[in-house]
Amino acid sequence: MAEIVLNALAHTYSKKPNAPQDYAIRQMNQVWEQGGAYALLGPSGCGKSTLLNIISGLLEPSDGEILFDGVKVNSLPPEERNIAQVFQFPVIYDTMTVFDNLAFPLRNMKTPTHLIQSKVHEIADILELSPLLHKKAKNLTADEKQKVSMGRGLVRDNVSAILFDEPLTVIDPQLKWKLRRKLKQIHDQFNITMIYVTHDQLEAATFADKIAVMYEGQIVQFGSPHELFENPKHTFVGYFIGSPGMNFINVQLEEQHFIFEDMKLKVPEKILDKIQHLPYESIKLGIRPEFVHVWDKKNDEAYEVDVIDSEDLGTYHIMTFKLRNQLLKARLHEDQRIPKHKAWISFPDQWLKVYVNEYLVEADDE
Amino acid sequence: MNKIENNKAWFLVLPVFILVAFSAIIPLMTVVNYSVQDVFDTNTRYFVGTEWFKAILNDAALQSALMKQFMFSFTTLSIEIPLGIGIALLMPKRGMAASLCLVLIALPLLIPLNVVGTIWQIFTRSDIGLMGWSLREMGVAYNISRNPVDAWATIILMDVWHWTPLIALLCYSGLRSIPEAYYQAARIDRASRWAIFRYIQLPKLTNVLIIGILLRFMDSFMIYAEPFVLTGGGPGSSTTFLSQALTTMAIGQFDVGPAAAFSIIYFLIILAVSWVFYTTIMNMQKEK
Repeated sequence: MAEIVLNALAHTYSKKPNAPQDYAIRQMNQVWEQGGAYALLGPSGCGKSTLLNIISGLLEPSDGEILFDGVKVNSLPPEERNIAQVFQFPVIYDTMTVFDNLAFPLRNMKTPTHLIQSKVHEIADILELSPLLHKKAKNLTADEKQKVSMGRGLVRDNVSAILFDEPLTVIDPQLKWKLRRKLKQIHDQFNITMIYVTHDQLEAATFADKIAVMYEGQIVQFGSPHELFENPKHTFVGYFIGSPGMNFINVQLEEQHFIFEDMKLKVPEKILDKIQHLPYESIKLGIRPEFVHVWDKKNDEAYEVDVIDSEDLGTYHIMTFKLRNQLLKARLHEDQRIPKHKAWISFPDQWLKVYVNEYLVEADDE
Repeated sequence: MNKIENNKAWFLVLPVFILVAFSAIIPLMTVVNYSVQDVFDTNTRYFVGTEWFKAILNDAALQSALMKQFMFSFTTLSIEIPLGIGIALLMPKRGMAASLCLVLIALPLLIPLNVVGTIWQIFTRSDIGLMGWSLREMGVAYNISRNPVDAWATIILMDVWHWTPLIALLCYSGLRSIPEAYYQAARIDRASRWAIFRYIQLPKLTNVLIIGILLRFMDSFMIYAEPFVLTGGGPGSSTTFLSQALTTMAIGQFDVGPAAAFSIIYFLIILAVSWVFYTTIMNMQKEK
């Protein structure tokens, strides 16, 4: 049981880093509270596994501190941090039975035999492994093997945290759901901090209370699934979360207007105050396809667009349209009329987000 | 309903059949043919049935050669296998050092068998050989042409030097194929170095070790060129192994019939031992 704090943490695999690109983990501060269920979400190569290995102690960070309950553990190996980690591919000890697999960490800690017995049976019950206890671990199915790997983490008393590194990659889709629920159940029962690495937003959202979205070695947003969806703090979060991702339009700022080709949009005052004097490389407007308003008829607010394509995805449609030269998407309900050739769309103010240099600019009073 | 009888597909098997016939069955059958006859010259031969087999099985010299052969194979294997595993475990995992190590370790494997014999023959000479000379200077009475123990020790040392690299390379490749996650999981489970070897590395090496042991058993059981060059089978017949006894019989004395019977028995022993070993291991793995 522990609260895990990352303090100005950074990591590089290169010996002489000069550019931020040389860092697998760029400087970050982050608190994982005791008992939380967290997901670390990001594309392949964004540094999420590196971060996980730093937390578990398989890797020593090159800069900054990692604290467990206020104690610096930078150079402590995993065994001394009392952490459990479940890997992408199930790691089991082939020659042992399921029972011996589960008992292995306890035996390595010289736990008395009668305690091993009761603890292993308890965990096997929770994971529904009891009927398999005397089977050779080698002959199990992939999901059973993964449960055994999880079980080895759970048998130990007082683990500080359990880390999952994309643990459901090799599991069949129907079983994925079951195992995820099991994890959630275990989390509620044991009140252990769990950090779950994945590149699947659905997996992250169903497992975690709070998701940290990672991009190029940084946590670009840390929040509930709801916050990530409604208020992406970074263009990457907008793009990565949601299906399809957020629409972005590159615009220029001219006095009080955003200029996009021949279109002019008035900049809300509160935002204008903030960005007017800001040096910037890019300004983007972002809106989720769910929030694009599609009108049935022409009206004063709406822009006329060319409909390029429409996909029927069962309960909803994705309409692709062209606004000037930019391809954008809108999500329509199944009972909504699907426009052909021409459509009229508008962007409701509260859902139109402004990104300067890829980061969200928010009006203060909200 | 008329089923058309057409067995032309059998012709497709013909090339393989011919290949196997000429590469294995026909040569083997000529040996079988000789083994049941007494051949005097190209025109004079008598059918003798199983006479030669009985004679060979009762030949005291050959029985002793067989015992020596088993002793030799057993001794070399029980040194080479653990040593090979040990070397593989100690080898660097990546980088230049790993490549360099692989090349150095593979070197003995690239040397022709009779050259190996010659190298060791010179190596052990007390006048010009490094080892022979050093031992003599240290006051050790070492002579492979007089002392059978010295001869045996040298042949075993030579075989270990020559073939341990094979086991080491096989094990090295086996070890490299173990995913990093296994070692990480073991650290998290607080496994000791010994437990990692016993429960992760050794099980993952089983398959390459089966191949390695089979190869080394067959090869060591058929050893010929190296002891022939090094000791010539001596002193006396102390290092005369089966293949050398066979060669003497077939080529030296031209006893074609007994040599043929001997060959068949020799072949069957290797086949039987390999089969027993392989099925035992496979059954052990299947259990539970």
